[in-house]
Amino acid sequence: MASQVVKTDASVNLRAPRRRRLRWYNVVFTALGVVWLIIAFYPVLYMLMTSLRSQQGYLLGIPWLPSLHPTFENYATVLQAGFVHYFLNSVIVSVCSVALIVGCSLLCAYVVVRSRNRAVRVIFDVFLVGLALPIQAAIIPIYVLITKMGLYDTLLGMILPSVAFGLPLTLLILVNFVRDIPNELYESMGLEGASDFRLLRHLVIPLAMPALISVSIYDFVQAWNNFLFPLVLTQSDSSRVMPMAIVSFQGQYTMNVPVTMAAVILSALPLILAYIFGRRYLLRGMLAGFGK
Amino acid sequence: MGTKMNWQRWLMIAPAVVFFAVFALFPMLMAVYYSGLQWNGISSAKWVGLANWGSVFRSGDALHALRLTAEVMVLSWVVQTPISLLVGVFLAGRQRHRAVFGVFYFVPLLFSSVAIGVTWSYILNPNFGLLDALLKSLHIGNGNQNWLGNTHLALLVVTLIIAWQFIPFHSLLYQGGAKQIPDSLYEAATIDGANVWNTFFSITLPQLKYTLITSSVLVLTGSLTYFDLIYVLTDGGPGDATTVLAMDMYKQAFVNQNIGLGSVLAVILAVAGVILSILTLRFTGFSRMESQLEGM
Repeated sequence: MASQVVKTDASVNLRAPRRRRLRWYNVVFTALGVVWLIIAFYPVLYMLMTSLRSQQGYLLGIPWLPSLHPTFENYATVLQAGFVHYFLNSVIVSVCSVALIVGCSLLCAYVVVRSRNRAVRVIFDVFLVGLALPIQAAIIPIYVLITKMGLYDTLLGMILPSVAFGLPLTLLILVNFVRDIPNELYESMGLEGASDFRLLRHLVIPLAMPALISVSIYDFVQAWNNFLFPLVLTQSDSSRVMPMAIVSFQGQYTMNVPVTMAAVILSALPLILAYIFGRRYLLRGMLAGFGK
Repeated sequence: MGTKMNWQRWLMIAPAVVFFAVFALFPMLMAVYYSGLQWNGISSAKWVGLANWGSVFRSGDALHALRLTAEVMVLSWVVQTPISLLVGVFLAGRQRHRAVFGVFYFVPLLFSSVAIGVTWSYILNPNFGLLDALLKSLHIGNGNQNWLGNTHLALLVVTLIIAWQFIPFHSLLYQGGAKQIPDSLYEAATIDGANVWNTFFSITLPQLKYTLITSSVLVLTGSLTYFDLIYVLTDGGPGDATTVLAMDMYKQAFVNQNIGLGSVLAVILAVAGVILSILTLRFTGFSRMESQLEGM
């Protein structure tokens, strides 16, 4: 962002005349840009257009054009087919996972940064190795464990392993952020005899707020879209979350594509709204510190 | 407060440590143990030592899955990296229309793998899909190509859809990187009379070196675990044409109920993940990253 704002006079002078002249390569770039626009966005547009068609319109109409008689009946069908229930399940799982991941990581990150303890260092290194472990590699024992705990087919059964696998990256990002807080600030507050909890509340949390928001968004998107945990750890209607709901709509309405497309659009509703109202925060959150 | 540990601080790290130990580390170790069992998950297990490992490497299936995973990795890198790089650099430009394009380019990021998989399976459907209808109206091909049902095409098509899903993320990375390249470098190049290609290859690309490494490693580690999309699109088929390692693991364990064989594949996945990740740390210094969130 900063580089956009900071513009020296020289650059303005140099760029102004250049921009007015139409360069052949800029025309080519824009043309390629339009091609990519079609590839990247048209499938999404297709989702939207199809979701607004009637079943008959889908079978008879021209598939690549919007319907002349758009209808919301598919959305109504989806909402009546238990969608709200599945949506709320996803909200519960995602919000609980994010709260636990970010809360646990923040406390842990603070201690990792503030203490010079050997054991803590080793623990942090183990978390870093955890970054490398794919969920798929642990899913079989997780299934056995969750079943033995009596949590199979429950929302809690999905939340617990999601937290464990969300921790490493969140912790790493927060450690790096907390580490950037100048030591003098801790010292000046520490001299007043502030406890760890006061330091956290009045110094670390306010300063780390941008990072906390970013990782929360990242973890939310991960939890919202997670497919493997619900696939393996749940089976019934009552614990069905969004991605599983799409799969079951697809199975249930095999020939009724518009209904499934409406479910697909609705399943992304929180992210679509976030994109419309806070695009910059959402995109920054999705990068989760991989940027630069 | 100094730098010493006290009971309160141990209490502060306890929740994270317990969660991670119980639901990530312990299962990982159990996967190693399970790989020595003959067990269907219900009846009592029998310890068979390395027998599962032997049968995995003797049977062609696992090697086939490994080869497919490697193919997906390479193909994903080849497809995703150049396009993401170009799109990212394109979006980093100052022209107003490019910012508008960017708004649309990133929209695929809003959908889950499952949503994307279901949508593309309809687009590619041989009976009523969009693509075949389009091709038919343009008189290209016979208009009923079964994109995902064709053994020779399926893996390529799946990889292209994976690319469609992930290119927006990587172009976001490159856009962030390209925006941080100082203007002065470009001005100097303009004064020197460099043309657009020289500028790209002697300024933009070298300045994006670290972004390129980060993005490449993410593509490679990501390719190891593509599962959701493949599950929805082909379920590993036709035959075993798209049964990559993660899919093979899932099928062995949860469809064939062969926990031992599935666990062998899970351990292989974990080892591959750790190796790739060590390379990540080595080449990107990711663990030491600082102020990564600037420059968006």
